[in-house]
Amino acid sequence: MNIQETYTTLGLSDSEYDRILELMGRAPNYLELSLFSVMWSEHCSYKNSRPLLKRFPNRGPRVLQGPGENAGVVKVGSGWALVFKMESHNHPSAVEPYEGAATSVGGIIRDVLAMGARPVALLNSLRFGPLEDERNRYLFREVVRGIAGYGNAIGVPTVGGEVEFAPAYSGNPLVNAMCIGLVRDHVFVRARAVGEGNLVVLFGAKTGRDGIHGATFASDELTEESEEKRPNVQVGDPFAGKMLVECSLSLLEKNLLVSLQDLGAAGITSSASEMAAKGGFGIEINVEKVPLRERGMEPWEIVISESQERMLAIVEPEKAEEVLRVAERFELAAAVIGRVAGHEDLRILHGGEVVGSVPAPHLADAPVYEREVVPPVYLEEVRKLNPENFPALQDYNATLLRMLSHPNLCSRRSVYEQYDHQVGTNTVVLPGADAAVMRIKGTTLGFAAVTDCRGRYCYLDPKAGGAAAIAEAYRNLSCTGAEPVAVTDCLNFGSPEKREGYYQLAACIEGMAEACEALGTPVVSGNVSLYNETEEGPVYPTPSVGMVGIFEDIRKRATPAIKREGDALVLVGGFRPVLDGSEYLEIMHGRVAGAPPAPDLISEKAVSDTVRCTISAGIVDTAHDLSGGGLSLALAEMALMGSIGAEVWLLPGGRQDVVLFGEVGGCVLLAVHEEKLEELEDLLEGVHYVGIGHTGGEKLSLSGLVDLELTELLEAYEQDLFERHAPEGGQLG
Amino acid sequence: MRIGVTIFPGSNCDHDALFAIERAGVTPVQLWHADADLKGVDAVVVPGGFSYGDYLRTGAIARFSKVMVPLEEFAESGGPVLGVCNGFQVLTEAHLLPGALLRNTGMRFVCKRVPSRVETSETPWTSLFEPGDELTLPVAHNEGNYFVDSRTLAELEDEGRVVLRYLKNPNGSLNDIAGICNAARNVVGLMPHPERFSEGILGSEGGLKVFRSVLSYAGAKV
Repeated sequence: MNIQETYTTLGLSDSEYDRILELMGRAPNYLELSLFSVMWSEHCSYKNSRPLLKRFPNRGPRVLQGPGENAGVVKVGSGWALVFKMESHNHPSAVEPYEGAATSVGGIIRDVLAMGARPVALLNSLRFGPLEDERNRYLFREVVRGIAGYGNAIGVPTVGGEVEFAPAYSGNPLVNAMCIGLVRDHVFVRARAVGEGNLVVLFGAKTGRDGIHGATFASDELTEESEEKRPNVQVGDPFAGKMLVECSLSLLEKNLLVSLQDLGAAGITSSASEMAAKGGFGIEINVEKVPLRERGMEPWEIVISESQERMLAIVEPEKAEEVLRVAERFELAAAVIGRVAGHEDLRILHGGEVVGSVPAPHLADAPVYEREVVPPVYLEEVRKLNPENFPALQDYNATLLRMLSHPNLCSRRSVYEQYDHQVGTNTVVLPGADAAVMRIKGTTLGFAAVTDCRGRYCYLDPKAGGAAAIAEAYRNLSCTGAEPVAVTDCLNFGSPEKREGYYQLAACIEGMAEACEALGTPVVSGNVSLYNETEEGPVYPTPSVGMVGIFEDIRKRATPAIKREGDALVLVGGFRPVLDGSEYLEIMHGRVAGAPPAPDLISEKAVSDTVRCTISAGIVDTAHDLSGGGLSLALAEMALMGSIGAEVWLLPGGRQDVVLFGEVGGCVLLAVHEEKLEELEDLLEGVHYVGIGHTGGEKLSLSGLVDLELTELLEAYEQDLFERHAPEGGQLG
Repeated sequence: MRIGVTIFPGSNCDHDALFAIERAGVTPVQLWHADADLKGVDAVVVPGGFSYGDYLRTGAIARFSKVMVPLEEFAESGGPVLGVCNGFQVLTEAHLLPGALLRNTGMRFVCKRVPSRVETSETPWTSLFEPGDELTLPVAHNEGNYFVDSRTLAELEDEGRVVLRYLKNPNGSLNDIAGICNAARNVVGLMPHPERFSEGILGSEGGLKVFRSVLSYAGAKV
């Protein structure tokens, strides 16, 4: 193999290689080239997205740590802070779904752990192709099993998430995992190497050949040959992960560490060079000191291995022995593998000889690609839609039942019941509501968390779709009574080297940034996953949003479930539904088209904040936002979750199919005790609202158009997503 | 009174159990797997989780931990022992309870709240219940499908050793069994998690009665 073939195989371009030559002043050896390959991959360097990401606001009164560390940190109160981040594992999950998904959970837990926080909640955001296809069923089943297999065993509850199906994700599923940790607000850890002479300790699982060049693989398009990359996928061991969590927290509690970093993409290389670059020191690694699980590993393999369940710590020399003892107590391998040096190189030694040496700032200094943002041609075409062309709806009952049973709208019970969502005894609102709600033991504080994104919206209008994802998350949290405070995101897009992909990325970011500014929710951490393309084309632009909100008093909260008979149903917000980009249009007419309106951010904020006030004032305990499927779906869900029916007599607006199934942002349904209606109306002053009916009975009856027993609705809604589409004999994949 | 909670590598409901015990008004004590010492506790809870990663077989490795030596002596001398979920699996592996927990018939992990019926008040852990009391508790397991040979099953039923029975069976267990006790009735295994229903904000505090039962039992004994 000549040198060009070598660096091309490692994912480096001609110009990038030239830049390496220039920076180094000499030709790099294979080990050094491997270091550049992983550190300059999109996954590690954000070289295609960095200029765009600058657009996100990332400061706020509650922000203790913004982007740039392992995870963001926000202040809760009473000395507590929340640490959180979301990350993708799309490519690994496409070829090895169980391990790909399992290690997404393990990886994000370690990011939160590296900040010194105890991981307390997991969420996810998943996308697959339609379940009619056998491969998609296999990917879906195994990804869910993988998330459950890791999360359940490590003992961190999976409390929320979302899953959607669309043809654009066939063969390129999206697996985004989010973790939230709890830490005292003055003791969270930053990952930086400081103090010449301090020691570098590696602890956790032993290092093997798994996941070599995983980061490079994750930064390329998926092809038929991707199947051959299965050995590039890491393998998770939740048992070791659990030991790692307890060991790390124990080490921090005993004040034995100077700093801590997890090993993720690019293994020791990435962790050590990031710590060195941030701390302004060098790091020397003796590869023969690294505990190995297999023989004959080359130095370059050892330093870029992505073996899971490992952490790197900087330790003062006199504390090293104690650190190794603690690791032993938790049955983990641990060794001093290097030291912090006065130079600024990442230096790899083997048998006393330097086998590679690169200035850490160079590894952190990947080229940046800024491209022209040009609207792609497809946009004009897909946005054409004339609702008048659709015939008036005849059978509302049948339509609602069909929508309720669709994989994108039916109950997610068959998914979340596979996740342990209660371990830790902090989960207050279980999955299935608008957002997960967790308490903080020993206080009246709590937090809510949600993941949201509507890929179809982002496809039809990337900017409006990006803003809508943020607005929906804000609304969902507000419907629980929590105050939304900050965002983590996972930007899943196609190739940035194509006009369409780059435009979608830039426009979605712009929309999200505008919404974050308007709503006061800064982005404190995140992840970018590009090249989500197969030979069939790119995925929908899918900027998954993870948002966290805070309760001052968790006793004042709401859920979508109707609580009582005879409550008044109040629709809050400017109700102007449209069929553009709706679930109705796709499910009933097979069309993904139209121009969904951009969210009115001022009204979104007013409605959400007002709803939150009604909850924290103790007036409202039942709230649900309008989302996919519109008003009728929201009412059906509220009735089903509470096992109490509802009667609506007033449907505001014109065409009744649009009113019932059209979609609209910025609207929330409340159910309130008749006695509290007056108090509610006082608080609702300043926002649009209208009484539309009341709760009660065992039927859902909507203005004479829909008239269904709850039992009929339940039968449609409670689909088992894993059984319904299984072929004869249940053998999949 | 003091109740010990064993902590194996991979236990993950240990802190939930300690928390619930404290809420029930009893002093919780941590028992580390590598120490052959029960620290003089009056009762022991073997908590849920994935001890030793559940590698080989659920509970199969934990059963050989050092702490199990004094624990088995304690159980054989009549000390109250409760195994919850993975703890139940450990106790069957240690032959302190008969039978085995097989993979759920649905072939999936299942986490939900399941209604069940308390079948006997004649164990230290159910002494405050009345037979026939309904008790809804969370379950969370992949291997909760209780199985035992037909002769032992008949014995369990005849001797009133089925402690808890599902009203809606989540895992295919024989005779809807959710929990059993040994012949001496001091060792109980439950698949549902009483410690997860230890506070109203979590949905119910109905599980605390299990820990209050052993407190009351100990008080009555003294």
